[in-house]
Amino acid sequence: MRGIFKNTRFTGILNKVLTYIFLTFLSIVIIYPLLITASSAFRVGNVAAFTLDFSGQWTLDHFKRLFEETLYLNWYGNTLVIALSVMVFQVTIVTLAGYTYSRYRFAGRKKSLIFFLIIQMVPTMAALTAFYVLAMLIGALDQYWFLTAIYIGGGIPMNTWLMKGYFDTVPREIDEAARIDGAGHLRIFASVVLPLVKPMLAVQALWAFMGPFGDYLLAKFLLRSPESLTIAVGLQTFISNPQQQKVALFAAGAILAALPICILFFFLQKNFVSGLTSGGTKG
Amino acid sequence: MNKDQTLAKRSRKAALLSIIPGAGQIANRQFSKGILFLVITGLFICELAVFGYQALIGLATLGTVPGEDHSLFLLIEGTLQLILTLVFLMFYIFNLYDARKTAAMKAAGLKISETAGDMIRNAGDKGFPYLFTLPAYLMMVFVIIFPVLVTLFIAFTNYDFYHIPPNSLIDWVGFKNFMNIFFLGSYRQTFADVLGWTIIWTICATTLQIVLGIVTALVVNQNFIKGKRMFRIIFLLPWAVPAFITIMSFANIFNDSAGAMNVQVIPLLNQLPFVDIPAVAWKTDPFWTKTALIMIQTWLGFPYIYVMVTGVLQAIPGELYEAAKIDGATFIQRFKHITLPMILFATAPVMITQYTFNFNNFSIIYLFNEGGPGSVGAGAGSTDILISWIYKLTTGTSPQYSVAAAVTLLISFIVIGVSLIAFKKSNAFGNEEVM
Repeated sequence: MRGIFKNTRFTGILNKVLTYIFLTFLSIVIIYPLLITASSAFRVGNVAAFTLDFSGQWTLDHFKRLFEETLYLNWYGNTLVIALSVMVFQVTIVTLAGYTYSRYRFAGRKKSLIFFLIIQMVPTMAALTAFYVLAMLIGALDQYWFLTAIYIGGGIPMNTWLMKGYFDTVPREIDEAARIDGAGHLRIFASVVLPLVKPMLAVQALWAFMGPFGDYLLAKFLLRSPESLTIAVGLQTFISNPQQQKVALFAAGAILAALPICILFFFLQKNFVSGLTSGGTKG
Repeated sequence: MNKDQTLAKRSRKAALLSIIPGAGQIANRQFSKGILFLVITGLFICELAVFGYQALIGLATLGTVPGEDHSLFLLIEGTLQLILTLVFLMFYIFNLYDARKTAAMKAAGLKISETAGDMIRNAGDKGFPYLFTLPAYLMMVFVIIFPVLVTLFIAFTNYDFYHIPPNSLIDWVGFKNFMNIFFLGSYRQTFADVLGWTIIWTICATTLQIVLGIVTALVVNQNFIKGKRMFRIIFLLPWAVPAFITIMSFANIFNDSAGAMNVQVIPLLNQLPFVDIPAVAWKTDPFWTKTALIMIQTWLGFPYIYVMVTGVLQAIPGELYEAAKIDGATFIQRFKHITLPMILFATAPVMITQYTFNFNNFSIIYLFNEGGPGSVGAGAGSTDILISWIYKLTTGTSPQYSVAAAVTLLISFIVIGVSLIAFKKSNAFGNEEVM
């Protein structure tokens, strides 16, 4: 599109002015809160007001306190362990299933694909009460395997569909050729087709990692003791008590959690927008 | 004609015989397969006799002796047994189908594998897809189907803080929980309030984020803009930073006494002529808490829509606009008849999932103000949506598991219904060959 209004000179200029005002305003609205959090982590003393203020002195003290006086490193470790295990298991399971549905025609294929589709609509929430009750009953509160299993299982149906969609875009002639050359099932899968879907694997891995990393609901439900929390649930303990808010510590912790994710996000952004649109909306 | 008849007869005979699993296969001279099927059936019957029958009875009664029978374990064992039985039934149907198909293949003169060696080789080849999808199924059965069934059952019991096994028994109460939610004074009022706000929240927050996303995409997509890359990166930031971090930041920013909104933004606005806004009770007045929540979700959610819509806009061929222009279409007409339909067509399913996402958006409600301020009865705060109410019902000091399960089921029905529409629209099966 050229411009929003008809192309007379006056409306052209008006359009430009309005456009830049809109863009600037939106940018400020986005950056302002992020900058408040970022700057609060470096301000000297106990931050009283959570505002944008560059007048005081700068310090790295809050980070030091974060490591020494709080369980933050514990939480960070917990989160990484959970998110990485989910990533490994989920990507493996989803890749195997997606490949199978894309490449093999077997009895029950169509029915089970529809089964995936229906299961996919059942929100994880539908089992919340059961998760909690089961965890209490078998003593799995605070147990990572339990939480990890739920994350893995919950992501399987939808991601299998997306993965299958992506495998469908790899021409079947490639594996036909390999088969004629005498490659077996595993060979064709592992060394012929798999390398061709690497971009989608990266996307799946990122999703599988980000899900548990950013999840608050299940972690809040199933993790109880202070040292077993994830970052999301742990950081909240800094600000949930209005009497003794540790805003500066929260800000420092927030930066350390957000930075790696942001970098990963922008690094893989192109991949995953296309992964969304090619697999997601077209099936 | 005659051949067709014998063919039909044979496959009917095989199917009939395999009422006892394996017998049909043996009639087809597939001895090893037949014996395997017989053994599986035998094992299942043994399991049923030793353990399963009791488990199913337990599921029906939920225990009879208080203090001795643990109703919850009985419910869970019974559910597992139910799943096992269903799996066996599926195997049984497969057995009928297999015997018939093999008989038909034999009658048609096709080679079938009869010996054990043949069968194993065949299974290695044909069984490959099943082997590869097995982990996915196991996970789905244990992590989705089993817990969902348990929740479903709990919703029809009286499991709450008065009935905590093993000290007391849980009983089946039919639709009582649902009736209570809809008709019993205390629950009905809370449910109506919470549902009302959940719907308002979902519609306002999601629609606003969609509108802002589309508008931003349209504005940024104009050719003359300088620094497009910079704006793109800025507009993606709310998506890139993990949501729980920004929500907690906003929880601080909207703090009544120390947050930036009251301490910095409003005083700054008051510098303008004719503007005089008093400090706003963001966290203590339900109306303002709700307003803040909707604004924050718009902030968080619009980049996703913006990225999607930008992709669509760039794919619309320029000639379409040229042609429309030549025909004398104004900007508004072009937008209404070309741009908007294109956007909606390509992104409708994604947008519907945005609505279902916000419907269950526990993080923002709970992280911003823990569902507060105040209370609308039965443990729910004034900004609690259904999902956060369930959390409070389940983990509160006097847990109401059965009511929580019932509300969970109601939510799931709504979400599944909406997703069905989304999937129908997206035509997920449309591009699937051989479906």
